[in-house]
Amino acid sequence: MLSDKDRIFTNLYGWFGADLKSAQARGDWDGTKGLIAKGRDWIVEEIKKSELRGRGGAGFPTGMKWSFMPKEPGKDGRPSYLVINADESEPGTCKDRDIIRHEPHKLIEGALLASFACGAHACYIYIRGEFYHEAAALQKAIDEAYAAGLLGKNAAGSGWDFDLYVHRGAGAYICGEESALLNSLEGKKGFPRNKPPFPAGAGLYSCPTTVNNVETIAVVPEILRRGGVWFGGIGKEKNRGTKVFCISGHVNNPCNVEEAMSIPLKEIIEKHGGGVRGGWDNLLAVIPGGSSTRLLPKDICETVLMDFDSLRAVNSGLGTAAIIVMDKSTDIVYAIARLARFYWHESCGQCTPCREGTGWMYRIMQRMVRGEAELHEIDMLLDIGSEIEGHTICAHGDASAWPIQGLIKHFRPEMERRIHEYRKKLAA
Amino acid sequence: MPKLTIDGMEVTVEPGTSIIQAAEQLGIEIPRFCYHDKLSVPANCRMCLVEVEKSPKPVASCAMPCADGMNVFTKSAIAQKARNGVMEMLLVNHPLDCPICDQAGECDLQDQAVAYGFDRSRYNEEKRAVKDKELGPLVKTVMTRCIQCTRCVRFGEEIAGVNELGVIGRGEHLEIGTYVEQMATSELSGNLIDVCPVGALTSKPYAFTARPWELRRTESIDVLDAVGSNIRIDARGGEVLRILPRLNEDVNEEWISDKTRFAVDGLKNQRLDMPYVRHHGKLQPATWQLAFDAIAENIKGKKIGAIVGDLADCESIIALKDLMKALGSLNLECRQDAAQFDTSQPAGYLFNTTIAGIEKADAILLVGTNPRTEAALVNARIRKTWLANRIKIGVIGPQMDLNYPVKHLGAGPETLEELLNGKGAFADVLSKAKNPMIILGAGALKRADGMAIQALARKVAEKYNMVRDGWNGFNMLHIAASRVGALALGFVEGTPETWSKVNALYLLGADEIPIDKIDAKAFVIYQGHHGDKAAARADVILPGAAYTEKNATYVNLEGRPQTARQAVFPPLDAREDWKILRALSEVLGKTLSYDTLAQVRERLVKENALFGAIGVVQPAKWTSFGKEGKCDKSPFVLPVNNFYMTDPITRASKTMAECTAAFVMSPKKKAVAHG
Repeated sequence: MLSDKDRIFTNLYGWFGADLKSAQARGDWDGTKGLIAKGRDWIVEEIKKSELRGRGGAGFPTGMKWSFMPKEPGKDGRPSYLVINADESEPGTCKDRDIIRHEPHKLIEGALLASFACGAHACYIYIRGEFYHEAAALQKAIDEAYAAGLLGKNAAGSGWDFDLYVHRGAGAYICGEESALLNSLEGKKGFPRNKPPFPAGAGLYSCPTTVNNVETIAVVPEILRRGGVWFGGIGKEKNRGTKVFCISGHVNNPCNVEEAMSIPLKEIIEKHGGGVRGGWDNLLAVIPGGSSTRLLPKDICETVLMDFDSLRAVNSGLGTAAIIVMDKSTDIVYAIARLARFYWHESCGQCTPCREGTGWMYRIMQRMVRGEAELHEIDMLLDIGSEIEGHTICAHGDASAWPIQGLIKHFRPEMERRIHEYRKKLAA
Repeated sequence: MPKLTIDGMEVTVEPGTSIIQAAEQLGIEIPRFCYHDKLSVPANCRMCLVEVEKSPKPVASCAMPCADGMNVFTKSAIAQKARNGVMEMLLVNHPLDCPICDQAGECDLQDQAVAYGFDRSRYNEEKRAVKDKELGPLVKTVMTRCIQCTRCVRFGEEIAGVNELGVIGRGEHLEIGTYVEQMATSELSGNLIDVCPVGALTSKPYAFTARPWELRRTESIDVLDAVGSNIRIDARGGEVLRILPRLNEDVNEEWISDKTRFAVDGLKNQRLDMPYVRHHGKLQPATWQLAFDAIAENIKGKKIGAIVGDLADCESIIALKDLMKALGSLNLECRQDAAQFDTSQPAGYLFNTTIAGIEKADAILLVGTNPRTEAALVNARIRKTWLANRIKIGVIGPQMDLNYPVKHLGAGPETLEELLNGKGAFADVLSKAKNPMIILGAGALKRADGMAIQALARKVAEKYNMVRDGWNGFNMLHIAASRVGALALGFVEGTPETWSKVNALYLLGADEIPIDKIDAKAFVIYQGHHGDKAAARADVILPGAAYTEKNATYVNLEGRPQTARQAVFPPLDAREDWKILRALSEVLGKTLSYDTLAQVRERLVKENALFGAIGVVQPAKWTSFGKEGKCDKSPFVLPVNNFYMTDPITRASKTMAECTAAFVMSPKKKAVAHG
């Protein structure tokens, strides 16, 4: 369990002010100038030492991502950019929202430091359209920072000119995919782009760009202040540091909580979530990392650790660390059918397998809820998923197939029972 | 240069080549829907997935650049499975209506479904239906068949330069549409039909006419403008049913204009299918013998002249020239529009840069021409160059709507004079350009001071270093398919207004001359294929063959001789044109020296060596041409008022009439044509 002294987000619950003064009292903007003075390479090296992995879901090492950026930005006439992904739309996830609301200055300071490390003089925060109040709060904090000389020309007295912009999205889940986000930011339709080229080569306006999640950027100042070794000392190997977990569903105390990586799932639910509604034995399944990760049945939940590699080992993923707890009152087939509907509704429609396949799976899932299906259709569902997975431009196709795969892997008997029952009813 | 292995075969390619292109070099075909050589690469159909060693997922071969040491498998189990999956997904919402679909038989989806599809469907849910869109009189839509490959959208944005088509909605509800119901106002819109891999966009005039396997294909040349687009004529029985483009990177790439494609129905209307002789003021059907006798009788002792029309082929032009010479005529003319320019030097009347050469240009000056209506594919090439390099383009002439940004410099010759004196911002652009071009159109020459303007343009070209070793930026843009051929054969011995100066006139398909200016007492012979303006004035009509009905040579505006091939026979008594002249010459006692097509072609080569190298442009020597003099101040007037109707064939076409009504006459629509 994380001790209070290692907590980064000391105002995650908004018990204190989000304004600049309060933030500074908590330690934000402390010695920013000095951190920048240590140079770009030092920052990247320190982040590498911390073994920070991207908090948006894919878990790519952040230090390595930054090191892909051109060493001499603007040399070929193209400026470098930092883009912060605040299009937090993954069902079950609400960590960035609280960071933006209650700890905006961590994000803003992180934006300055990360932009400096990437050689960017401009940074865009692409915020989800539905986050109206959050966007306003963020803008207010940015205005404060400008007024205090922390942004703009010679930001925080560092000698680095830096501008920070907030751009509001229009409410499409797919715009949280980094290249779709860039298209949307450019004013185009939010279609994910083909990779290569990767954003570090040709991103926003075809210029070198780093795209990072809000949480990734917000932890950067604290890492630099306390040192990469400190952050890298928390959690298990390759899964270091602290992480904001979002616990929702059938728990007694749904909450966001900052915890150490690799905390056991059971522990975090019992300690912070107040336990499963009706006791641990009432647990049916947990979706450990936001809607697109495969669900885990109770027996796996007993022992699994909450980190990238442990969850991958049980065929799921940490994703955004959004823990969705479902107790035995849950209609699990319906729950996954609802997620299938979500992926069908949010598919951008650009490439074939996802455009056609998500609707197909959703329609079969609807019938599965009623049991109005054939037994072989369960295998067919798996097969359709495999036709989508890995064949699309972005990961939306994969994400649409995973929940259903998880369901079939762990709850196949339940699906078969419904089919038999429906037939019996029909015969009678 | 990256060296990679595809299916066990090694290949070295240019940097930036995609896997699909590299595979093509090896003769390995990778299935695709959204990928098209001439368009940008969205990689959205996912049909071209291949396995690449060390890559965790199959890779879209159209978007993946080749890298050194790559090991690609196009036929492995992983690649096969990926394609089978994509094919099944494509068919999920595609209707099974091949029996009533015009694309059937030449449908990419159909062909690839045979190769990669299952023999039955596993999809038992409801299918999607999409509302059809109204795109005007040329393109028919059945949007439920659309597989969202977006080729049409990219064609519109990139090649045609019209942003009317776009992608609306998302996910399963993604569809191709025009935001607000709107017609496709492009002179290249017919190519949408070709780029569409399925039956979503098909030809409206051709709907339900024939199946591809019933058609006889003939590779030929288009004559409805001077570009010489390479076409394929599809015919069934004695009827030409449709015209499609044929790939020629030097001329039309793989596009053709709507006029070229859709004017075919004009070949069936208003045809002259038997000789006529005027008796007591009325044209009466006659036999060939009677018609020839009437000519022999009536031209005796008269001062005869001859005019070659816009669609005439080189074989008939040389035959007419030889016959006229034998009759002692000095009044030969091919410039129906009375354009005045120096015809003695090929460099002075050719499109010297060549069409493909436009891509090397970095500044273009358009003088008295609207290439969009006069030579749509030259215009497409200019747009392509602009799109790639954002070149600067200046216009002297009327304001017009081109599909790339231009700087309007002035309306008449005085602007050209200013440029010669180094005045104006565009003078700067031209002097800084590495490969500047000037394109002189009929609008600048169809006037009394044409010769002087031609000389002025030559001096501008010389001043801005447009002509040097390896680059010739001086260009004349002709509209008539016969023009350059006739000039090369020297069919210009008279004065432009030949028609008013003789009392016997031989019109070889010449319909664009001012008929009322012909001497009322003159004896007029009309040889041609359509009963258009001139046939009504004729005293004798000799029915000839249209371009789809004869083996003939045409020289395009670059000076490129190309061969048109006979797809069908001329109707009833109509005959190939050079044969008519050969037969007539015998009756007139001036028998021409050739009896076969091969002999006529030998005669062509003797007259001008360029006919010896079919399909090749021979660079013209740069010399002085034109006659310097004072230029009139009046502004240039463009020659084409209606892109869709410029000659007897298009005037007889119902489809072209519909286009005129929809795009030119209708005040609501932005017209393609200008004037």
